[in-house]
Amino acid sequence: MIRLLKKIYLAVMLLFMYAPIAVLIVYSFNASRSRSVWGGFTLDWYAQLLRDKSIQRALSTTLSLAFLSALLATIIGAAAAVGIHSMRGAFKKTVLAVTNIPVIMPDIVMGLSLLVLYTYLFHFFPGIKLGYGTLLVSHTTFNIPYVILSVLPKLKQLDPNLYEAALDLGCTPIKGFFKVVLQEITSAIVTGAMLAFTMSLDDFIVSYFTKGDGDNTLSTIIYSMARRGVNPKINALSAIMFVAVLLLLYVINSFDPSKAQKANGLGLEGES
Amino acid sequence: MNEREHLIDLVDIEKTFGTSTVLSNINLFIRRNEFLTLLGPSGCGKTTTLRIIGGFERPTRGDVIFDGKSILNLPPYKRQVNTVFQKYALFPNMNVAENIAFGLKIKKADSRYIKRRIEEMLKLVNLSGYDKRQVTSLSGGQQQRVAIARALVNEPSVLLLDEPLGALDLKLRKEMQMELKNMQKKLGITFIYVTHDQEEALTMSDTICVMNAGVIQQMGRPEDIYNEPQNVFVAKFIGENNILDGVMRDDFWVEFAGKNFVCVDKGFARDEAVDIVIRPEDIAIVAPGGDNLAGVVRNVTFKGVHYEMLIESAGFVWKAHSTVMSQSGQEVGMRIAPDLIHVMRKSEYSFIDALPETLVERAGLSNAERGVYTMPVGVAASSATH
Repeated sequence: MIRLLKKIYLAVMLLFMYAPIAVLIVYSFNASRSRSVWGGFTLDWYAQLLRDKSIQRALSTTLSLAFLSALLATIIGAAAAVGIHSMRGAFKKTVLAVTNIPVIMPDIVMGLSLLVLYTYLFHFFPGIKLGYGTLLVSHTTFNIPYVILSVLPKLKQLDPNLYEAALDLGCTPIKGFFKVVLQEITSAIVTGAMLAFTMSLDDFIVSYFTKGDGDNTLSTIIYSMARRGVNPKINALSAIMFVAVLLLLYVINSFDPSKAQKANGLGLEGES
Repeated sequence: MNEREHLIDLVDIEKTFGTSTVLSNINLFIRRNEFLTLLGPSGCGKTTTLRIIGGFERPTRGDVIFDGKSILNLPPYKRQVNTVFQKYALFPNMNVAENIAFGLKIKKADSRYIKRRIEEMLKLVNLSGYDKRQVTSLSGGQQQRVAIARALVNEPSVLLLDEPLGALDLKLRKEMQMELKNMQKKLGITFIYVTHDQEEALTMSDTICVMNAGVIQQMGRPEDIYNEPQNVFVAKFIGENNILDGVMRDDFWVEFAGKNFVCVDKGFARDEAVDIVIRPEDIAIVAPGGDNLAGVVRNVTFKGVHYEMLIESAGFVWKAHSTVMSQSGQEVGMRIAPDLIHVMRKSEYSFIDALPETLVERAGLSNAERGVYTMPVGVAASSATH
């Protein structure tokens, strides 16, 4: 009886969470423009979507932005994590707290403050305008903490003697880091990079504040389309984004370094 | 040019972390090809001393001399020293052969040479055929062997070992003790070994350096440390002992347990208060009466090779070993030969009845195992002193 109740509870929970998305996906195949009447199945909206130049541009902006900002954030964030890990005491706590602020701060504050900063800086550099550059800087900025937060725990787990063993066996500190420490934290860095990529895809508010007139990401273009009136193309676009993000999350979660290593070990044993 | 006898000299080493001093006034030398053990309870500074030699820790004061030259400013990767870490610190992403080859690859050695050396090392540590195995799939003992091979392949002048057998079970530990000792003799390398296990230290070492609270208590051959402990700390740490207060009446004449004894010690002040150490196996159980110490057997435990007896005499409970069983409650006499009475000058350790409990626990031994018991030494003291 209790088991049944538990199952019902779970079903209701999932229903509340996913019903809106399910409706959206279903209506992206709706032949009627109406959101209440089912006019038969069609792939028309997806076809229109593919023909829409502005959406295509937004898609390429979104993907390149996600890729580049994730790349930059991963390099900066991983280096920062290594630095923070070697800090001690109150200084470390302070740096960690400062690092965490962008994660807990509302996006709107982040977006607005970046906009204010850019407008202030443009005052000194009149040639520069809001655009892809500012978008990239903004996305990199809010992505860095996610990389740090995924790399730091891995560094904490790491046996400090590993690095010392590398030095002991003749590595200079830099060689020791690249040969041993980096190898050990690679899985966490990859996870951080994928997380950053997802966060960038997901973002609307910061992009909205820091993009130029001509640039659009998928989320900002959906927003501007929705303001002009309901177009079922939006449903199709949203459905694609939902599935894409879902797939990405699945890849991140199934990326288990210990499993990968085990497979590798078995392969090597097969050789011998 | 003749070789220096001392390979490593630690000169006036002091190490402080923040406000706490972990090492002070460390002066010790390590001879060429010797097996030296740093022995002491947890937190005594033995690992820090090892890390200073390895180059992972810089002393606050003092100097580290290697073969006549200071290596204080030499980073670990330039020292002719390799370390076997307590938890092995094998590189988990590499297989056994890759782990062993690491040091040689860094030095850009010839690949055929590396291959040959890997095989030699695997043979040395009895792991031939394990080269392709992942290190995470090995048992603790096997990982330990890989760690030793990984260090020895670099042909260091000195091998540093930080409690390398701590995680192994007793049987494996005994085996590895013998293997390590044989390896050291065969290769002719200086070993510096850190442990809290006194038996391990006595079994393996050429020289033992007993440490406590960041200070060297005694240095010497295992026999010297065991037979002639310099203070109560060493006596208690190194084995089971009866430790009493005594008074040196004159040269070769000491009073304790309310009686006068002939001893072999001299050079003390007249009536100087001293510590007396008598090993349980040095007490001969005889018939009561005569000039012997009279006592009553309170407890008898069979220990295999001998019976361990607790004998109460004049308020002090003696621990004695004998192959002849006595009954509990039986009156016996105890005789101690003059050369088996160890007279030590009073030290800061004379007034502790036992090692601090926490310290003992961390060292993984109970008080009973260490031969320290909580019977009031003070009672014996009052009867022994005038």
